[in-house]
This record gives sequence, structure tokens and C-alpha cells, in this order.
Amino acid sequence: MSASRYDAIIVGGGHNGLVTAAYLASARKKVLVLEKRHVLGGAAVTEEINPGFKYSVCSYVVSLLRPEIIRDLELPKHGLQILPLESTFTPLPNGDYLARWGDHDQTRREIYRHSPRDADAYDDFGKLMYQLAVAVKPILAMVPPDPTSMSPKDLMGFLRLGKHFRGLGHEQFHALHKLMTMSSADYLDEWFETEALKATMSSSGIIGTFLGPRSPGTAYVLLHHYMGEIDGAMRAWGFVKGGTGSVSESIASAAREHGAEILTEAGVAQVAVKNGKATGVVLDDGREYTASVVVSGLDPKRTFLDLVDANSLPDDFVRDIERFKIRGSSGKVNLSLSELPNFTSKPGVGPLHKGAVSISPSIDYLERAYDEAKYGDFSSRPYMDIIMPSMIDAGMAPPGKHVMSIFVQYAPSDLRGGWDETKREAFGDAVVDTLAQYAPNLPEAILHRQVLTPWDIDRDMGLTDGNIFHGELSLHQLFCMRPTVGHADYTTPVRGYYQAGSGTHPGGGVTGASGRLAALKILKEAL
Amino acid sequence: MSVSYDTVVIGAGHNGLVTAAYLARAGHKVLVLEQRDVVGGAASTEEVFPGFKVDTGAHRLGGLSSTVVNDLGLARHGLELIDSEATAFVPVLGGTPLTLWRDPRKTAEAIREISATDADAWVPFTELIGKAASFLEAAWTSTPPDVTGNDLGDLFATAKLGLKLRRLGKRDMVEVMRILPMSVYELLGEWFESDLVKGAIAASAVTGLCQGPMAGGTVYTLLHHHVGAGAGVIRPTRRVRGGVGRLADALVTACKQAGAEVRTGASVESILVEGDTAVGVLVDRAEIRAQRVVSSADPRRTFFELMEPSEMTPEFARKMGNIRYRGVCAKVHLALSGLPDFTCQPGAGDHLKGVISISPSLEYVERAFDAAKYGRISQRPYLEASIPSLSDASVAPDGKHLMSILFQYAPYSLRDGAWDDAASAKLGDLAVETLAEYAPNLASLIEARHVLTPLDLKRDFGLAEGNIYHGEMTLDQLLFMRPVPGASRYRAPVKGLYLCGAGTHPGGGVTGVPGFNAAREILKD
Amino acid sequence: MLRTTPFHSRIAPLNLAQNWRRWSGYLAASAYEFHHNREYWAIRNSAAMIDVSPLYKYGIEGPDAERLLDRVVTRDVTKCELHQVFYTPWCDDDGKVMDDGTLTRLADDSFRLTSAEPNLRWLQDNALGMNVGIRDISDDLAALALQGPNARRILHDAADGAADDLRFFRLTKGEIGGVPVEITRTGYTGDLGYEIWTDPANAEALWDGLMEAGDKHRILPAGMLALDVARVEAGLILISVDYVPAHQAVIEGRKSSPFELGLGWTVKLGGNWFVGRDALIAEKERGPEWEFRGLDVSWDSLEALYGEVGLPPQLPSEGWRTSVPVYSGNTQVGYATSGCWSPLLKKYIALAHIQSQYAGIGTNLRVEVTVEHYRKKAAARVVETQFFNPERKRSNPSVADEVPA
Repeated sequence: MSASRYDAIIVGGGHNGLVTAAYLASARKKVLVLEKRHVLGGAAVTEEINPGFKYSVCSYVVSLLRPEIIRDLELPKHGLQILPLESTFTPLPNGDYLARWGDHDQTRREIYRHSPRDADAYDDFGKLMYQLAVAVKPILAMVPPDPTSMSPKDLMGFLRLGKHFRGLGHEQFHALHKLMTMSSADYLDEWFETEALKATMSSSGIIGTFLGPRSPGTAYVLLHHYMGEIDGAMRAWGFVKGGTGSVSESIASAAREHGAEILTEAGVAQVAVKNGKATGVVLDDGREYTASVVVSGLDPKRTFLDLVDANSLPDDFVRDIERFKIRGSSGKVNLSLSELPNFTSKPGVGPLHKGAVSISPSIDYLERAYDEAKYGDFSSRPYMDIIMPSMIDAGMAPPGKHVMSIFVQYAPSDLRGGWDETKREAFGDAVVDTLAQYAPNLPEAILHRQVLTPWDIDRDMGLTDGNIFHGELSLHQLFCMRPTVGHADYTTPVRGYYQAGSGTHPGGGVTGASGRLAALKILKEAL
Repeated sequence: MSVSYDTVVIGAGHNGLVTAAYLARAGHKVLVLEQRDVVGGAASTEEVFPGFKVDTGAHRLGGLSSTVVNDLGLARHGLELIDSEATAFVPVLGGTPLTLWRDPRKTAEAIREISATDADAWVPFTELIGKAASFLEAAWTSTPPDVTGNDLGDLFATAKLGLKLRRLGKRDMVEVMRILPMSVYELLGEWFESDLVKGAIAASAVTGLCQGPMAGGTVYTLLHHHVGAGAGVIRPTRRVRGGVGRLADALVTACKQAGAEVRTGASVESILVEGDTAVGVLVDRAEIRAQRVVSSADPRRTFFELMEPSEMTPEFARKMGNIRYRGVCAKVHLALSGLPDFTCQPGAGDHLKGVISISPSLEYVERAFDAAKYGRISQRPYLEASIPSLSDASVAPDGKHLMSILFQYAPYSLRDGAWDDAASAKLGDLAVETLAEYAPNLASLIEARHVLTPLDLKRDFGLAEGNIYHGEMTLDQLLFMRPVPGASRYRAPVKGLYLCGAGTHPGGGVTGVPGFNAAREILKD
Repeated sequence: MLRTTPFHSRIAPLNLAQNWRRWSGYLAASAYEFHHNREYWAIRNSAAMIDVSPLYKYGIEGPDAERLLDRVVTRDVTKCELHQVFYTPWCDDDGKVMDDGTLTRLADDSFRLTSAEPNLRWLQDNALGMNVGIRDISDDLAALALQGPNARRILHDAADGAADDLRFFRLTKGEIGGVPVEITRTGYTGDLGYEIWTDPANAEALWDGLMEAGDKHRILPAGMLALDVARVEAGLILISVDYVPAHQAVIEGRKSSPFELGLGWTVKLGGNWFVGRDALIAEKERGPEWEFRGLDVSWDSLEALYGEVGLPPQLPSEGWRTSVPVYSGNTQVGYATSGCWSPLLKKYIALAHIQSQYAGIGTNLRVEVTVEHYRKKAAARVVETQFFNPERKRSNPSVADEVPA
């Protein structure tokens, strides 16, 4: 079996690993991708758990899949089609709702209905976010320099950054400083008074963190919503035709077209290291493959603590990885429905069903959800971000039937007393129960329910502690600190061993950015 | 009123007095105006109960600048500092309490009874805090650089700070950068396993802050309170003999010796602005004209109460309006007939000479904060009690004791109800009841009680929303952001108007550094 | 959800072409027929009725109402008399225009401000420390513009003469269709015209009353397309077309000062301080970088350019709102932001931002035109922005002269 030697072996067929594979393959490298599960995609998979109903099991929307990846790998040719999610609908307990639409003026009038003052602030806010997104974009697209290094390359990197920020001018520099250090609730308080608006906007700041919206460090994710715009896509959020698995499948298809081999049900047990250099991998079943470069698309904990013998790594480094924060804070519920939810605040079926529905009526609501989680319980009234994929892509469910994807926060990975089947179902019940308060017909309409807690996500998807972003997106785990200083540039202490997962800069979400930057780095220095 | 001054300083808080003293020494004709009858502002000592010298506001010092103490000869003017060997005593309801000592090795030994791993981690932990705090200290005494400007001096200052950071060494530099934005919960989780140890430290990270220890950025606050603390010292407890107000008295003496005039009971009604220049102040409907006006009051009072908002551009007023204050502290003072006896460690002893911190676990403090988040008073508050009479007999009559309690969280803005007499009494009861759980004899010792709610802190000391630091000490309200961009270099956008209070860099606590920095900048102009 | 104005029940059946557009979150008629020509001529020849309800409106009341507005807008509000209307822009701290609208003094301490964009936060934040109430009354007032030479006669009949003597930019009260209304002699057409304000509940009665009275004066409902041509002829600027409001401009270069928009006449540098004043004083001293001008495109030149390909000039039938380069020789010295063929003047006209040194009246410049797929430059002369400014717009003939018995 070890006859064939590869230029690069990618451990993990998640979307980032596949992106790395596709880029390396398109540079005419001999590439092998090894995926433990029977399906590709990692957390970006579509599975037909209930016959006829397709669930985007884990990731359910793509926010910032890098347009350059779509272009470079010609993903539409391989079947990728991202359909915009035009609206966000936030039902409120008082029977009203807040909706944000694709059309700016329409959204502003809706905000105006809640607060004429906020309608005024909305454009100022949008302008600032847009400007800051422009300011931040180059950072997302660069390999982070090492602040401890004295190498000209790293020093130049920081000099460039320094110049870049100085070039922003006072207003934007200060605004960026605030955005990076404030809580999303406080930041939004400076602009808006409508609770539902602040809560729905700030919810993006808590996803993937173990913080409440009032905790500093949650504001900067507000930018994400505006990042899409400067990439030429008018709206940041999209649903992938065929479910999120189609992203992975299209990337895999592109990789295969360039000659990459992809094996499923091929779990890697260990990365082989000889004289401080990675030489290949050993699979769970004993198969061995050799390669010049091994790339891990897994999270930092698995990449370093599971796949590599600790003796091959410096102690300090191991300690850094051990204290890398990766608490899982969210779960996922997928439903098969006999009919669409009928929201009390906006009865009937309407355009809202084709967009996202956000259960985030107020900042306090989100904080209370967080309060339970910080002491070790799942939120009995959680924050939820919901889409109904069958309303956008009819192929997701049998005719007349529907599927619903519910992202749920908070569900702590270290649940008090640990997760088990009973608690998982109790968590699922809390979700359905909460939703029923806004759409009373929902419980009766459920044909099938899949509940994923961080425990399941860890076990089934291989994401440590069920953290969907391979590590919390908090300030001290970003950029040149992701996953750790000195190895934020996709390298590892083991020569020939690279990391390409979301646990590296810029991390988080189905963006493919980490995978792409890792591939470029590997091509530049190793292959 | 034909008398004209070079400089009028609004407020005889310690920062105002520091600025006044430096300016007077540089030859300015200085007048300090204090609305209260005592000097010291939020660091005053008042005889609330006959014979008791009560630190009504701050009951311990922050990293008081030794430069200021030496420059102004404060020791000569009667300032005597007391550093107790114990810094904090953390009682428990069952089991072994914890006392933190100035000597980290002694603390480590104390911790050993609770957790051997934590005992081993203690000294290295204090070293990290010490290094990080010393880095902050370097930033404290310099005027915040204008990062986006083109001033070479500013670039140099920024570069110097960067260099200072690098000089910490590679590993430490990264560590300081990494921990600054973290929550103290995360940081302590990396170091310790014992709830008690974590609770002892975490409490210090949220003092004066409307956040719990699980909030991001609380490591910064922890470090802020450890600047100038000395190597290995956690929760520094430094007092002034005779009460914290003696610091202000010493400063007044320094001012007067340098020729400055200090007037108490003189409430400034407004800052006079002509065109775009501050030309003096209005006191008792009389104008006092000066070349410049220096305000040690907090930004809200300075700009929204002493000035007309319409004298500012709307953008500047917006920024001012956005400063977060959100006071969460109340004070309870008790005149005691004897010493409280703690069940977990009975009797008097050195352990009581620091502060007594009711923070048996980090979660306890976080839960106390939860109430404030929704606009309620913590039913199980975090308390920091100080018995100054144990180390300084002069503050209480013979055989009696004085206890000052910082109560947190008591939000300034109550969602239901108001800070009326009933709420004030309720808060006093809560403080006593909470302490009495640990020291049951406390209630029977109380001869008199005095409560300052956040509203009282505002009324008595003029602190916006009762915030003891003139604005929350959070990463977004520091350095060039404090109080707001465009006024962070002690100069207001109005010509001739300067700021020197805790609302400016480096912020709150009895440090004297804002006043010192402001004086330097004023003299530059 | 889609918002419709209080007149929608009347407008919808009349909109034969089903030609709608978005206006500030509302559904607004672009044209009622396939072509807006008749609506345009109604504005210039008889009378047109245009639903302008989507405007934002604010009621500003209290002892400091005048002080607040004087601080916010560029004009000297202390000079605004009772029932007088001011047209005015307002600026940010840097003296860049944020919005423009009309300001009406309803009483000593009561004003109404209209705007294109929401402004409540800006007004409130400027009112800090003032004794003034600011109410957003956008949804409390329906508004209808009655524009054209027959407007006075129609109002005479419909409002029982209430507005017969109403002077230019003044307000009066009356009753139309049995409902109370306020009438201002204002508009966005550069013609004789009025705007009529009423409670949304009375909107239909107002509409019906005017239609009935207007029938014999050839009144027509008009949409945005006709209005657009009329306002270009009148040299009236349009937000987000001719200028980007400062609070939306993501780069500095997109912002404009009042001087650069031809609104220097609204800037009172001598009076009280207002937001942006310092910057505007400085700008006035150094002279604005840009001027806002009319461009009169030479017909001969157009004929010559089109003649080269064997065609007569082919000009767009609707007003356009794209940015079109303006040259001096071959150097670009500006850009036109709105333009149209003026059916009345028989001219191809445009409104343009021109670098000051090229903006002298009478300067010969060149404007880009696309002739049969190729970009050409047609000769154009710099003129004042008011291409059409009829006497009737501001004159006050006696009712006897105007209204046949």
C-alpha cells in the first residue's frame, strides 16, 4: 500500500482540507485526502438522515466563502450555487416582529416602524461598518506575521500593518479599536435603541464564543455582515443549493479534476514523524501512506494532541495548544416538517420563510440564555438562527414537506454532569418548546428530529468539544495568535506538517480562507 | 471680582490637587475650587460617626505614583503609607479560608492547605501579573500617543512602548498580549483549580466594573489594580495613616506652599466659554477669570453639566454621551464596638489587616454580577471590607473599630425602583447580613451604620452614575480612547480647558497619575 | 413589508401602466401611462398632482425650537417669519451636506422640517441640553404636490380661495374636500405650485377634492419620471443622485459642501454658530473646489456627432441619473449627475459638478455622449442651474386676473 508516494496528504476532508487539496492539486501536486467518515465535508455536510429529507447537518449557511476560491476552483462548474438569504425575521414575544430585507429602503422603513431614531442611525452605522470592513479585509487575506520573530519578513509584515492602520485616519482607527474591544451590546447601544434590532445584530457576535452579548470582545463580529458587500456579493449570507454538503462536494470535485485522490472511511491514527519531519500517515486500519507534506484540516487539539506524538513537539507549544480555548457553546436541531411554521406575529406563509428566522427578541434574552450556560446548563430559552432550506431549494424535502435547520446557542460542551441521550432530547425539547411560543403549530408538524449537542458534534464530526469554529473566536485567539504565536502561519513545530483548518487565521465559518492560505504557504515553501 | 488667575482647577480631589501643586510649583497663580467642605473628593476622610475617621470613598490607594509623592514632598507634609502584610482575607462558610500575603511564598504556603497544584502555581502566577503590570506602568506615565497622527514624538512614544513590551522577552511579551483581552475566568482557569483561589483573585478584576469575571477584558482590569503593587503582591492593600483624606491634606499643604489657593465650599456652576475659549468659571454667580481652566471632575460633569452641550459639536457630544459609567459600587461604613469574629478563622489576627473579601468562588462573583446585568442589587454581593483601625488606631476611638465595606454589585440604574431611603437601608442590611454569615457576631457590634448608595456617590462626590473611576475601566475606554478620542491628551476641544481627573488616562484609583500627566501637558502649552 | 402611501387607493387604479418604483421604502408611481409625456406637460401647461408622502417630516416645538434649528441648518432661522417656509440644507461637522429639505415656522416656537432621509437622531443629538420636543411626524402627514400654471385656479375652487394670495414659500390653512389642510407654496418643479399637507385619514378626501376641482383645469396625476424632468429644468438637486449625503459617503471624495452644490446662498456665515460653520468659513476663504452648474449641450454639436453616423440626434426620453464625464478639451474637469431632454426648452440639459476653475458661466466644455455605441464628446456651455424659471413661480397676480369668474 505504501508504494505510492504523495506530495501532500491532507488529513480530514472538511471544506478547508478540500480547499487545500484542490489548490495543491491544481498546482500539479500529487495529493491524497483522507476522510474518516463515509461522507466528505466534515462539518459542511448534507445527509439524508430521514429518507427524502436532506439536512445540512452542521453548517447550514455560508457567510463568507471566499469569492477567489469560487473563481480559482471554478466551483459553479462543479455544482456550487449559493442562493441568497434575503431577509432576517425576528418574531417578538409581544406579537410584533422585526424584519430586515434585501432592500435597504424597505429595511430602513421597517426599522423606522420600531424607532425613527434607529432608522436615522442605520445608514451611519452601515457606512462605518463598510469602511471598517474595507480596513480589515487585507488582514483576513494575509498570512499572520510572528510578533516574536526578528525576521525581516515578519517585521515587514507588522510594519505594513502599522502603516495600514495609521492610514485609516482618526475616526476609523478609533472606531475599529472600539469594535475590537467592546461588547456587541454596548457597541450597538451607542447606535440603536430597538432591542430586537440590537439583539439580532449582536447574535452574530456570540456565535462560536462562550460569551454573552454584553461581554467585551463580541463586537467585532458585527463586521462579518458587511464583509460580503465588499467582496462584490451584496449580501453576506447564503444557502447552498443541495445543502452545505454541496460546498464540500464541489470543492472535492474540483480537486479530483486536478488529480487529487480522495478516500473516505480512512481515519488517520497518527502522523508519522521522523527526525522532526513529517513523513506520512498511519491509518486506523494500519494502512500507511508517505508524503513530503502532511496537512491537517482538523482542529488544533486533534492536529497536535491526537495525531502527533507529544515528544515531537516542544513543551511550550503543547502547553499553548492545551490551553487553546475550544469550549463548544452551540448545538444544532434539524427537523422534517409536514408544514411550515405559522408565526403568530406574521401568520401565513410569506417571504419570511425564505430567509432566516432569528429568535433573539432582546439583549436580555440572549444574556439569560448565556447565564444558564455559564453555570453549566443548556439554555432553556436559547438563541436560535433558523432557516427552512426547502423553501429555497425544493429538492431538500419531498413535495409539500419541509426541512428546518436550527442553530442553537448556548449548549455548553462541558454540561454539568455531562451530556447523555436524555439530556440531548431535553435540549431538543427546549428548542421545540421555545419555537412553539412563536409558531404554535410547530410541534405538531414535526415528522422527524435530529438533535446535535456539542457532545455529538465532537463524536460524529470530529470537532473537539463540538466547537464549530475549531476554537473560540475571541480576541486572544485571532490573527497571529490563532492557534498560537509562532505557528499562526500554517506551519507547525514539525517540519513538513501543516495546519489548514478553522483553528488557524482567519478561522471560523465556511470560508475556505484558512485552507487557501495554507495551500499558498505550502506551495511557496515546501513543494 | 477683579482677581484673575493663571489657572483655575475645578475639584480638590487628589488628581486636581496634584495638578494644582505642579502648576503652582511651575509659577502659575492657581486657584482650586472644591464644592464640598472637605478636600479629597472621592478619597476623603470624614467623621461620619463621632470619633471615627471614615474613608467615605476610596478606602485604599491604587498605585500611588512615587514620583508625585517625592516631587511634592508629601511625606514631609504628613503622608504616611501603611502596607499591611496581609492583602486579602477570603473567608468561607465551611472549610479552610484563604489569606493572601504580600509575600508570595507565604501565600503559596497558605494555598497549599487548599490545593498543592495551586500552591505551586502561585509564585509564577504573581510573576506574570507583575511583569504585565510593569508593562502597563510604562504606559501610565506617558501621554497617550496619537497613533494615527504624524507627530514623530508620538511615533517615538508608541515605538518605545512596543520596545518595552519586547523587552519583556519573547514568551512573556506574547503572554501579556494574549492575556490582556481575556476574561479573568479564562486566565485563572489556566492556572488554578481551587474555587477559593480563583474567587480571591477574580474579585479584584471586577472592582468598579459593571462586568463579571467571565467577561472578556477583565484581565486588563486585574492588571490595572496591580500597577505599582510591588513584586508578587496580589490585591495590594495600601492605606494612609489617619485616613485616605490625609493624602489630600498633604497635597493641599504642598499646593499652599507653592502659592496655590484652595477654596472649599465653592461650587463651580459653570465653565465660562467665550467664543471657543474657556476664560474662567462661575462660582456663586460670580465670575472668576483665568487663563485656563482645569477640570478634575468626570467628563460628564465637565462637559454636560458645567458646560452647555451646545458648546460642543454634535459628534463630540455624541462621543461624550457614549462614555460608559454604570456605577456598581456602594459603600457601607460601620462603627463597631469590637472586632468581628470569623467562624472559619476565629479571633483577631494579621489576616484581618488587609481587606476581607467576600468572594468564596469566581462563580459567586459572577452570580453577584448577574443581578446588576438586569438592573438589580446583588442579593449575595461581593464585598470588600476593610478594618483600618486594626493597623491604625487613630481612626477609631479606643477599643472601637471601624469597618468600610465596598458593596458590589449595586447598579446605579435600578430597573425597578429607585435609590430611596428604603433601598439604601436594604443595601446596608444586605451587606451586614452577608458578612454576618461569616462573622456572626458582627451585627451585635454595630454602633452606627452609614450607607452610600451609587446615587449618594453621585450626589456627594459628583461621580457620574456613581462610577468611582470617572468612567468604566475597559479596553475601549483607555489610553487614547479616554475619555474620548480627541480629548485624550488632557486637552478639551475648547481652548484653555484641560482635564486632569480619573476620566483621563490612565484612569481611576488613587494614583495621582492623571493629575501628574495633565500638569505636564499644561506646562508644555 | 411593502409600504404604500395614504393615497394608494386612489393612485393604484389610475396607474394604467403599472409602472412603479421604490421611493424611500414606499411604492411610488413612475408614470401613469406608458409614457410620462402628458404628465410632464401637465406640470408645465395645466396642473399635476404628485404624491410626496414618503418624505420624512419632523415637528419641532418648544422654547428652544428656533435655537435648535438655527444650530442645525445652514440658514438663519431667526429670520424665518411665521408661516414662512425656508428651503435649506444641513451639514455635518465638516461642513458637508447631510440632507436638504424645507423648514416651516408654524408658530413662534413650532416648526416643521421635511427631509429625504431619516434625521431624528441627528436632531435629537443636536438638541442635547435644549428645551425642545422633536417628534417624528412622517406617518402623521400625507402630502400632495399640486404643480403647474393652473394650480392656483384649482386651489381657488377646491379650497374656497384660501390660497389665492399665498406668497412664494409661505403657508396657509384651509379646507379641501371637506377636510382641513395646510397649504404651502412650495414644490419640486420650478413652476407655480403648492404642497398640501393633511392627516393620512383625510388623504383620500383631499385627493378627490382636488381631482374634482381640477378636472376642468386639466389636472393629471403625475409620477416620478415627469417630476424628474421638471426638477432638472428647474435646477433642483436630488439627494443620492446629485449628491451623496455625508453620513452615507464611504469616502471623503463623495461628500459635498453647500457651496459645491450651488447652495452657497443658503449659508449664513454671519449669524449664530451652526454645525459645519467653521469648516464652511474656511472653505469660503479658500474658495470651493467644485461648483454645481447647468450644462447646455449644443444641439449643433449633437447633430454633427450623430450626423457622422447618419442619424439625427437620439436622446433619451427619460431623465437620466448616471454619472457622465465632463471635459475641458480632453481633460476631465467634472461630471454630470442628472440630465434630460427638455421638451419645453427643446434643449439637452444636464446638472453637473465642475471644478471651480472651469465653472465660469459661459465656459465651453464638452460632455460625453454615446453615439451609436461609441463615446463622443459634445460641446456644452456652462450655465446657471435654473434652465427654466417662469415668472408665475413666485409672482402674485390678483385673483381677479388669474381666476375667470
